Amino acid sequence: MSSISSPANPNETLLKQHAAREKWVLLGLSAPALILVLIVMVLPVGWLFYLSFIGSEGTVSMENYARMLESKSYGRIFVTTFKVSVLTTAICIAIGYPLAYFLSQLPSRAANICMLAVLLPFWTSLLVRTYAWLVLLQRKGLINTWGIEAGLWSEPIALVHNLTGTLIGMVHIMLPFLVLPLYSSMKAIDPDYLKAASNLGAKPSQSFWQVFFPLSLPGLFAGSLIVFVLCLGFFVTPAVLGGGKIIMVSNQITNNIELFFNWGAASALGVVLLVVTLVILYVASKLLPLDNVMGGGH
Amino acid sequence: MNSLGKLPRRTFAKATLGTAVALTALAMTAGSGFAEGTVTIASWGGSYQEAQSKALFEPAAKSTGIEVKQETYGGVSDVRLKVQAGAVPWDIISSGSGSAARAAAEGLLEPLDYNIIDVSTFYPTLKTEHCVGSDVFSTVGAWNTATFGEDGPKSWADFFDVEKFPGKRAYRNKVSGALEPALMADGVAPEDVYKVLDSEEGIKRAIDKIRQLKPHIAVFWKSGAQHAQLMKDGEVDMTTGWNGRFDVAKKDGAKVSYSFNQALLDYDCFAIPKGAKNKDMAMKFLAEISKPELQANLPLHITYGPTNKAAYDLGVIDDALARQMPSHPDNAKLQLPVSLEWYAKWEQKASAMYQDMLTE
Repeated sequence: MSSISSPANPNETLLKQHAAREKWVLLGLSAPALILVLIVMVLPVGWLFYLSFIGSEGTVSMENYARMLESKSYGRIFVTTFKVSVLTTAICIAIGYPLAYFLSQLPSRAANICMLAVLLPFWTSLLVRTYAWLVLLQRKGLINTWGIEAGLWSEPIALVHNLTGTLIGMVHIMLPFLVLPLYSSMKAIDPDYLKAASNLGAKPSQSFWQVFFPLSLPGLFAGSLIVFVLCLGFFVTPAVLGGGKIIMVSNQITNNIELFFNWGAASALGVVLLVVTLVILYVASKLLPLDNVMGGGH
Repeated sequence: MNSLGKLPRRTFAKATLGTAVALTALAMTAGSGFAEGTVTIASWGGSYQEAQSKALFEPAAKSTGIEVKQETYGGVSDVRLKVQAGAVPWDIISSGSGSAARAAAEGLLEPLDYNIIDVSTFYPTLKTEHCVGSDVFSTVGAWNTATFGEDGPKSWADFFDVEKFPGKRAYRNKVSGALEPALMADGVAPEDVYKVLDSEEGIKRAIDKIRQLKPHIAVFWKSGAQHAQLMKDGEVDMTTGWNGRFDVAKKDGAKVSYSFNQALLDYDCFAIPKGAKNKDMAMKFLAEISKPELQANLPLHITYGPTNKAAYDLGVIDDALARQMPSHPDNAKLQLPVSLEWYAKWEQKASAMYQDMLTE
C-alpha cells in the first residue's frame, strides 16, 4: 500500500508533471475562446446588470426593479413568457419524439431525405416563416377559406393574433432544435439492446418503454432544454402572430426602451429573466440527469 | 438613385440584364462623383416612405445634386441609442410631432436654421425649433366596406358600439392616439377631451372604456403598414389608423373607408439628429423639401396635407384632392388637434396604465 502512494515513485512524479503541462497547454489552447466569451458575453451582461441599477436620474437606485413590483403587468408578462415557453416545449416533445423515432428507424437513405424535410424550414428565415403563417392562419387566410368551403366549419376560427397562432409559429420554428439532438441520441442506441430485450421475452411495447425510451432521455432533455431556453427570449413570432396581446419579456424590453429614457428599465427585465432562467436550469439539473446532456460529468 | 438609373434603362431597354445592371452601376458611380454631398434619411417605410420618396426626396435630390440614401428606423428610441453611442447614421429623420418634441426635450435633435429653411408660408403651428413639419395627417376610424358598406362607424361612439356595429376591431398597441377616441366614445365632447385626460382618473376612464371593448379587439396594431394590411386582408372589420395608409390600401383594392369626424389631427416633421455627419447638407435638403413646389406633390401619392400653405396655390392639388386632405378647412373643423403638451406631461404614466390593460 505505502509503496504505491509513495511520492518517491519516479514514474508518478513524471506523470504528475505531464498532467500539469497538459493542463496548461489545454488552457492556452482554449484561451482565445475564453477571452472571446469574456468580451462578447460576460462583460456586456455585467454591464447590463450594472445599468439595471441606474435610475432615470443617472444615480444608483432600485427604481427599475421597484417598477416591476408596482405594476401588475410585469408579473403577467413573466407568466405569459413561461406559459408560452412551456407549452411550446410540450407540443414540440409531443410532435418531435414520434418524428425522431420514426426517422431513427428508417433506412439511412430514406432518413436522410426525411431529415432534409426537417432541416429545410430550419434554413429558411424565421421572419419569412412567421409571416407565412400569418397568411395561412388569418381570418380570410387559406386554412379558414378552405375549411369553410369544405364545410368543415362555418365561421372563421381565430387561429392567429392570439396564443394559438403564437404557439403554431413557435412550434414550427423550434421543432428542429428538439428533433436534431433527439435523433442523434436515438441513432446512438445500439439495436442489439432491443434484440436482446425481445430475446428475453419482452413485448415490443415493453422493449420500447423499458429499454429504448430511457436510453433516449438524454437527447430528449437536451432538445427540450434548448427549445425552452430559446423560447424564453423569443421576440418576432409573438410580436407578429400574437396580435399585440401576447407580450413576452423581450417584447416588453423593446417597449421599455421606447418608453423610458434609460437603458436601466430594459436591463432590469433582462436581468430578472436571466436569473429566473438560471434558477430553473439549476433546479432542472438537480432533478434531471442533465450532466449527460451537457456532455460533462464523466 | 432612381433618376440616375433611368437613362441607361431607357436607352438600352432591350439590353441584357447584366449590361443594364453594369451600366446603372456605372451611372451611379459617375453620378456620386458629381454629387454635392450625401444625406441619409430615416423614415417609416411602407406606402408612406414611398410617397415621401417620390414627392420629396427624389425631386430634391435632382434639384440640389445631393445624393439621398434612405433607410427605415424605429423611432425616438433608435435615435436615442445612436446619439448616446456617438454614431449617428442618419442626417434627417422623419418623425411624428410628439416623438420629435420628446426627442428635442431630451437634447437628441439639432436646432433647425430657419434662415436656410424658409417657413414664411407654413402653418405657424406646424414647426418647432427642432422639427419642421412635413405633412398633416389624421388618426381616423376606418371600416371594412365589405362588412358595413358606406355606412360604417362614423363616430367613436359607433366604433365602440358592438351591438350597432358587430365585428372585429383593431386598435393601437400604444397609448398615443388611443385614449382620445375612447373618451369621445364615452360621451366627452372633443374640446373637453384633454381636460378630462389631465388626471389619473381621466386616463383610467379612457382605459376602462377600451377594456370593455377589448374582447372585440382582435389585434393591437403597432405600425401603419400593419393596420393597412389588416384592412386589406379583411382580418378586421374596423380599426383606428392613419388616414393616408387607408387611401393607399384602397387604391390597391382594399375595401376600406373612413371618416374625418372626431379624428385626431396631427402632423409629421423632419428633424436632424444631434451629431449628424452631414448636418449642413441636411439643412439645405430640408430647405428644398419644405418648398411649396415639392410639398404640393405629396398629396398625389398619399392623402397627407402639405404643411406649407403656399403648396395649395400652385394648381397641382386640385379642389377634389384638396378636399381629401386632413388639413382642408372642412375636414379640420371636424377634428381634435392632438395636444403635444398632454403627451409631454402624461405619456409615460398613461403608457404604464395602458400596458396593464393590454396584458390582462
